[in-house]
Amino acid sequence: MKNRISALLLGTALTFASAGLALAQDKTVKIGALSDQSGLYSDLGGPGSTLAAQMAVEDSGLLAKGWKIDVISGDHQNKPDIGSTIARQWFDVDKVDIIVDVPNSGVALAVNNVVKEKNGVYINSGAATSDLTNAQCTPNTVHWTYDTYMLAHSTGQALVKSGGDTWFFLTADYAFGAALERDTTAVITANGGKVLGTVKHPLNTSDFSSFLLQAQSSKAKIIGLANAGGDTTNSIKQAAEFGIVSGGQKLAALLLFLTDVKALGLETAQGLNFTETFYWDMNDQTRTFSKRFGERSKNHAMPSMVQAGVYAGLRHYFKALEALGGNPHDGVKVVDKMKSIPTEDDLFGKGEIQPNGRAIHPAYLFEVKKPSESKGPWDFYKLVATVPADQAFTPLSESKCALLKK
Amino acid sequence: MQALYAQLLVGLINGSFYALLSLGLAVIFGMLNIINFAHGALYMMGAFCAYFLLNIAGINYWWALLIAPIVVGIFGMILERTMLQWLSGLDHVYGLLLTFGIALIIQGVFQNYFGSSGLPYQIPDALRGGMNLGFMFLPIYRGWVVVFSLVICLATWFLIEKTQLGAYLRAATENPTLVRAFGINVPRMITLTYGLGVGLAALAGVLSAPINQVRPLMGADLIIVVFAVVVIGGMGSIMGSIITGFALGVIEGLTKYFYPEASNTVVFVLMVLVLLVKPTGLTGRAA
Repeated sequence: MKNRISALLLGTALTFASAGLALAQDKTVKIGALSDQSGLYSDLGGPGSTLAAQMAVEDSGLLAKGWKIDVISGDHQNKPDIGSTIARQWFDVDKVDIIVDVPNSGVALAVNNVVKEKNGVYINSGAATSDLTNAQCTPNTVHWTYDTYMLAHSTGQALVKSGGDTWFFLTADYAFGAALERDTTAVITANGGKVLGTVKHPLNTSDFSSFLLQAQSSKAKIIGLANAGGDTTNSIKQAAEFGIVSGGQKLAALLLFLTDVKALGLETAQGLNFTETFYWDMNDQTRTFSKRFGERSKNHAMPSMVQAGVYAGLRHYFKALEALGGNPHDGVKVVDKMKSIPTEDDLFGKGEIQPNGRAIHPAYLFEVKKPSESKGPWDFYKLVATVPADQAFTPLSESKCALLKK
Repeated sequence: MQALYAQLLVGLINGSFYALLSLGLAVIFGMLNIINFAHGALYMMGAFCAYFLLNIAGINYWWALLIAPIVVGIFGMILERTMLQWLSGLDHVYGLLLTFGIALIIQGVFQNYFGSSGLPYQIPDALRGGMNLGFMFLPIYRGWVVVFSLVICLATWFLIEKTQLGAYLRAATENPTLVRAFGINVPRMITLTYGLGVGLAALAGVLSAPINQVRPLMGADLIIVVFAVVVIGGMGSIMGSIITGFALGVIEGLTKYFYPEASNTVVFVLMVLVLLVKPTGLTGRAA
């Protein structure tokens, strides 16, 4: 009996204690960088994204103001079940407040649901699917760097308008490939073009020759690569081998990262058109950041746009926390604050976060330089065109996001 | 119909990699009774070796075809001497676990230094371009891969099944004590055999370098399929693994044409079917 009473007392005391903690301005934050740490997307996200998150913490100046901010990382291995298990454990056991990065659209959508359920914050930088801010949007999610709509509209439109009106798709057989193909097809047909065929290949394929032969015999003017990372580099390399480009067909790498161009080498990659929202060599600010990043990254690699997005997204998140005066540990509240402040940072310039969670900023159509034009080990791109922020992403009028129908 | 011919030929090209790799596995399993899970990592080392030879020492592809298998083969022999030989009398599981661990370590080290997206390796000038066969455009390099690996496969088969040295080897597997009594250094022969199997993997790696990215995980992606090939062909059967390697490449190629979504599972479906009907593999003999 005595024991039971003391247990009850202890319980009451603890309840008061935790209530008291919540009232005081809590200045602890725990960030989880969830990425592919060892597979085909680990160079464009992976350890580099964790580094970007750490740099964002250091540059925020919050540590000097008495905040305690931790960054932990996890490997989702490109498997949605593993990704959502880690996310659950982070929220339930490790008390993580925010998950960043998460390349691979399949994993990204799975984690999207967990973050909403646990009322955390989700700043996705690595995944491409436009569904994150469209049909599957949540009040907890901000999609920072790029998406399939933007890739389709920028690269796709430019190619159709320059005469590439017949297409054949090589599509990675999962959420991302499907979304990219869908969004690009919409652009092609809207501009009077036609899709002649499509072939879905498994993720992480090493030999594309069968698929390339099918694309070749379709006689389409453009072969659209709706895949990413190692799949894209292998497609491009083998397309050159099978004489596809010299035979008059053009390759459209709908999603190409800095690390892919590095892996291909300029000899193979030259002349490719593609879209990114960040390139290290844009202006003095991006160069300064990238130089600092390169000093600490593996093999002194320059940051990819995904890694830059992790950095910029977190910097904006910290701005929102500072405006709130502390961490409320309430995802919706923080994301609402993030949406109410215009975005401005050294890497992506000025922009905003739309009500559906889409961060908008300018997008750039690049072309890969010829080997003779490149002046350094990471000097790869030349700028072809700039798409303004308000035209680069899904117009709110077309978005099916439920948050917009309030 | 033309497209079908093209797919058959493409399948044959992939089949040559399967054949070279499964041949090495079959040789090692047949002679050492070790299921060599490090095979994929050693294949990857072959490709990296070619990359280093070209970019650091300026040694071209043709020499790499010779040097890389020797370098990686020696590395393999060191592995055998220092680690694998102690497992000779034990259950297969020990060898499998050890080589699997070795594979993870090798891949991890390479990944740590070179990342996952890989390094470029260009096709040698002499093998660039292609020819129009009417039904498809055949890159000369791919044609070269098929012919070269076929020659190597048959040469290995000949060495083991038809020569004096091969006879010693086969005898040493059957009854090492007796062969020793004839004055033959059996442990050294086994080390050399492992080196040969590893060298074949490295050779496949060099052949593959200009086609695929030179990536730390290039072997890990392939090795599972190759194991399925060996299981289907019959563990330890030399000719069986060569024929199955090419045949499965063709079947996979056809799947890529008719139902691409299933192209990375078809080999395993076949493996299940073969195991159900003939557990020793197509050409394997009952133990």
